[in-house]
Amino acid sequence: MEAFILLALLSFLVLTAIAITRLTDLFAVVMLSGIYSLISALLFVVMDAVDVAFTEASVGAGISTLLMVSSLRLAGRYERPSRHNPILGFFVVLVAGSLLIYATLDMPSFGSINAPIHQYVAPHYIDDSMKEIGLPNIVTSVLASYRGYDTMGEVAVIFTAGIGVLALLSISRRRSVEREKTEHGRMHEQMILRIVSKALIPFILLFALYVQFHGDYGPGGGFQAGVIFAAAIILYAMLFGFPAAERVVNFSLVRLLSAIGVLIYGSVGVVSLISGENFLDYTALAADPVSGQHLGIMLIELGVGITVASVMMIVFFTFNARALQRKEKYL
Amino acid sequence: MMDLFSSLAGGSLLFAGSFLCLSSAVGTLRFPDFYTRIHAASVTDLGATLILVGLIFYSNEGIVTAKLIMIMLFILITSPVASHALAKSARHSGLKPLIYDKKFKNR
Amino acid sequence: MLTAATVAILVVMLLTLVRAFMGPTLYDRILAVNLFGTKTVLHIAILGFLMGRPDFLDIAMVYALINFISVIGILRFFEYSKRDKRDKRERASKPL
Repeated sequence: MEAFILLALLSFLVLTAIAITRLTDLFAVVMLSGIYSLISALLFVVMDAVDVAFTEASVGAGISTLLMVSSLRLAGRYERPSRHNPILGFFVVLVAGSLLIYATLDMPSFGSINAPIHQYVAPHYIDDSMKEIGLPNIVTSVLASYRGYDTMGEVAVIFTAGIGVLALLSISRRRSVEREKTEHGRMHEQMILRIVSKALIPFILLFALYVQFHGDYGPGGGFQAGVIFAAAIILYAMLFGFPAAERVVNFSLVRLLSAIGVLIYGSVGVVSLISGENFLDYTALAADPVSGQHLGIMLIELGVGITVASVMMIVFFTFNARALQRKEKYL
Repeated sequence: MMDLFSSLAGGSLLFAGSFLCLSSAVGTLRFPDFYTRIHAASVTDLGATLILVGLIFYSNEGIVTAKLIMIMLFILITSPVASHALAKSARHSGLKPLIYDKKFKNR
Repeated sequence: MLTAATVAILVVMLLTLVRAFMGPTLYDRILAVNLFGTKTVLHIAILGFLMGRPDFLDIAMVYALINFISVIGILRFFEYSKRDKRDKRERASKPL
């Protein structure tokens, strides 16, 4: 049964990928890549990887679609015809791809019991994680404690992406007064959407907090919670206009928060360094090692959630401020 | 006895819901115009509600039932709003509905 | 019964995909994406019960949310961008 579902979903993926390459209308391509994300998240669910499916759903199908549509406003809707012959590129891809496939023939087969990861690392995590860390969700304990250094690198990468977008695309604040006049005129057109969203946004924010703190026991964690939080604020900004959203969530505060998240993460490591243990070793944070691990994991997930939410909001607001500014030249 | 009743109820609700979803998908493929296709696609809301209510009979814990009810309420509230927004946006962009005129036989 | 429902939802997904590829206008594709998202929510819920792990319902909730937010987002952007002059020139040459 599972094999049949996997086969069907993989064939959907192939069909969607073929359709993406054949279309020239970039809006349609963005739609289809949203479907692609949904299918791959389903694949992860069927393969029992619940946290990965969670992240793929929130980041791939939701925020990526919104951000790509925002960048299409800046770039243009139809694909320009290519001016070079793609035969050489196709040949290079074919050679490189077949070399890679030939290289993978030597590895142990998918899920086989003799692979080194199943002999040394995974049994240690599965057996000892409950004793050493005490959280039911092994993925969170691996992500936050055993491989906490890698997760710090991920948060730093997200923060760098936010800085990059700010450096390249941010505009001056003088235009915000004129923008307010154009946004106000459309207040009564979206009545149903506005009422329904106003009722739903508190629940979405509450759900984001639930995902953040329930990540120790079920699927969830800082990344997913940050994305859901940002999605709620983005929904508000889309329906009520950007000046209203800036009154709700001050933009300078968001920029400050994105740095504070990374700072919280780093400070946890520094505190444990000062207490005499290794960097990011949570056993030094409280009297007893297991509760030290709990405290450390909660603090770094909080840092991750704050940074991810702020960076998503920064990227979205910056893309749209730029597009609105460009539109004003034509008004 | 209670077990038999609950699995029967769950099974029949699942069957009804899947049938509605299937008919909605067939309708989305075969209807001639965009606005009629929205009608076909919005039958999915009812099908999804029936499937989720049917799944309640399969659950053993209270928290799972509560989550199913929340998802069902969310889909019930947001899916019609999304269809409304889609139709409104298409209308404002100038997409014209298909109108049969007796003078032109195939339009 | 659960397996029959799973197969039915997979068939529905295939039909929706055909509409997404075929739809002549852009709005057909947006409709197909919305429909596909709702089907994914249902599929995850049914799979959770089939595989005996009802924790999947958190993911189903997130999908329902994200589906709604991204469809609304796309529609708002499409409404904004129709007033862009550059797109007007391009759209004059191609049908919607």
